[in-house]
Amino acid sequence: MTYIIAGTCIKDDSCVEACPVDCIHPKPGAPDFETAEQLYIDPAVCIDCDACVEACPVDAVFADFETPEKFKYMLEVNAEFFAEKSTAERTAV
Amino acid sequence: MAKAKQRVAIVGAGPAGAFAADRLLRRHGNVEIDFFERLPTPWGLLRGGVAPDHQEIKRLDETFERETLARGCRLFANVEVGVDISHAELMRHYHAVIYATGAQTDKSLGIPGEDLPGSWPATQFVAWYNGHPDFRDLEFDLSGPRAVVIGNGNVAADVTRILTRSPAELERTDVADHALEALRSSHIEEVVVLGRRGPAQVAFTSSELRELGYMDGVDLVVDPREAELDPLSLRWVSERGTFTVRRNVELLREFAASPPGGAARRVVLRFLRSPAEIRGDGRVEAIDVRRNRIAQTDDGALRAEPLDELETIHCGLVLRSVGYRAVPIPDVPFDERFAVVPNREGRVLGSDSEPLPGVYTVGWIKRGPTGILGTNKRDADETVACLAEDLAAGALPSPPEPGREDIAALLAERKPDLVTAEGWHAIDGHERDRGRELGRPRVKLAGRDELLAAAGGTG
Repeated sequence: MTYIIAGTCIKDDSCVEACPVDCIHPKPGAPDFETAEQLYIDPAVCIDCDACVEACPVDAVFADFETPEKFKYMLEVNAEFFAEKSTAERTAV
Repeated sequence: MAKAKQRVAIVGAGPAGAFAADRLLRRHGNVEIDFFERLPTPWGLLRGGVAPDHQEIKRLDETFERETLARGCRLFANVEVGVDISHAELMRHYHAVIYATGAQTDKSLGIPGEDLPGSWPATQFVAWYNGHPDFRDLEFDLSGPRAVVIGNGNVAADVTRILTRSPAELERTDVADHALEALRSSHIEEVVVLGRRGPAQVAFTSSELRELGYMDGVDLVVDPREAELDPLSLRWVSERGTFTVRRNVELLREFAASPPGGAARRVVLRFLRSPAEIRGDGRVEAIDVRRNRIAQTDDGALRAEPLDELETIHCGLVLRSVGYRAVPIPDVPFDERFAVVPNREGRVLGSDSEPLPGVYTVGWIKRGPTGILGTNKRDADETVACLAEDLAAGALPSPPEPGREDIAALLAERKPDLVTAEGWHAIDGHERDRGRELGRPRVKLAGRDELLAAAGGTG
């Protein structure tokens, strides 16, 4: 499974700080951070720890099996974001 | 005796001000923070801007409460800085003042007929449906079958949804009662949304764009010819397009390819169309729209170039959504050209371009009206870093009247209807209680008198 971020994300970066495996992107300071409309979770890296759900001030993060119907399409969009540029590429020093 | 805490006033209790208080307390805990707010209620555009059908986002108020008021920040609401208390007076009571007043008016289009009755800034429509007390008495004419929304940003998307959502959906939100009543008897069947450039240049987020295409009982109509990109935009998208731009282009192609479903209401997205003139005999009857094409400027940017082709769209309501604009604060520097308080990383600059000691700014009045809620958090971090550095360096002299109670006594005397955190919590509790009875998140009190009465006695 994985977690996803819905379109109600306000780019408060609390989830980025909370994520123990650094799989939420783009991060503040990344080249595409300012133009990103929201943050995304990399399904290939996410360890389902729930920390981002706790951290999000607007409840925009969902476990895939708990995602409300209207946000289901975001499963694909989160994955697509990393298909373009993976977490490994994003976190390479 | 412990050294008295340094004192900071934040003018404007909207998201930028709230994030600034939160960040300042985290970074430099040994301060006392007071909010000054023009309205009787805090949280600015979170309450008065964010669309009522985006209720999830409004939950951020719980974070603001927890991180500011619950941590001892005081609220002085229903107090206007520059009217009820001056900048100079604030400087007598605080080590530092942070201006976070946002952008309270709209940009104009500069076309004939813009000010005809029936042509409104979208921001006023937003303030009206969100129960902003200064806008509750506006009367929008919803009796005609068609409205035109000018602009392709998220405010344009918000007003378009509110004009076309069913009353049953709106009833589950905290939309203001006067707006709900007016929208219930609305005759609007079609909302035409005009973008001056093409699908690759819209300012909608792809989530907002997608939402327009998936509303119950509303068809989204996009002309396939207008959804196709011109060669310049095609190249730009492949070379420089963001993830959002690519998704928007794809979504618009999908919408253009799907036939309308015969719903009672429809949203029509038009591209490469600029308003030329708003016409009517004493009120809005039509808008003349000029066709554009995409051209490239010397610096490589893609702009709209007008063509010699006009069409007329008949409509009874025009909402102009081409951006917010900040207004000057009395006795505080203001850059008229960019409509911001001149600053360097949040330190306000005087006429000599040197920082004014103890004066800071954050949010839209600092950087211009761009970004989303969370953008204010990083913006606040930048301003607060400067302020914390100045506080730690002892660069901010003690004000002549540093007593915590002095300012409270002054305001209580000058503003008998001052609203404090207690008063706000009475308003909030009252609104939520009324909402609970009706299965709504809250029922807003939209008049200043009602708000003050609900706060009453506790202030």
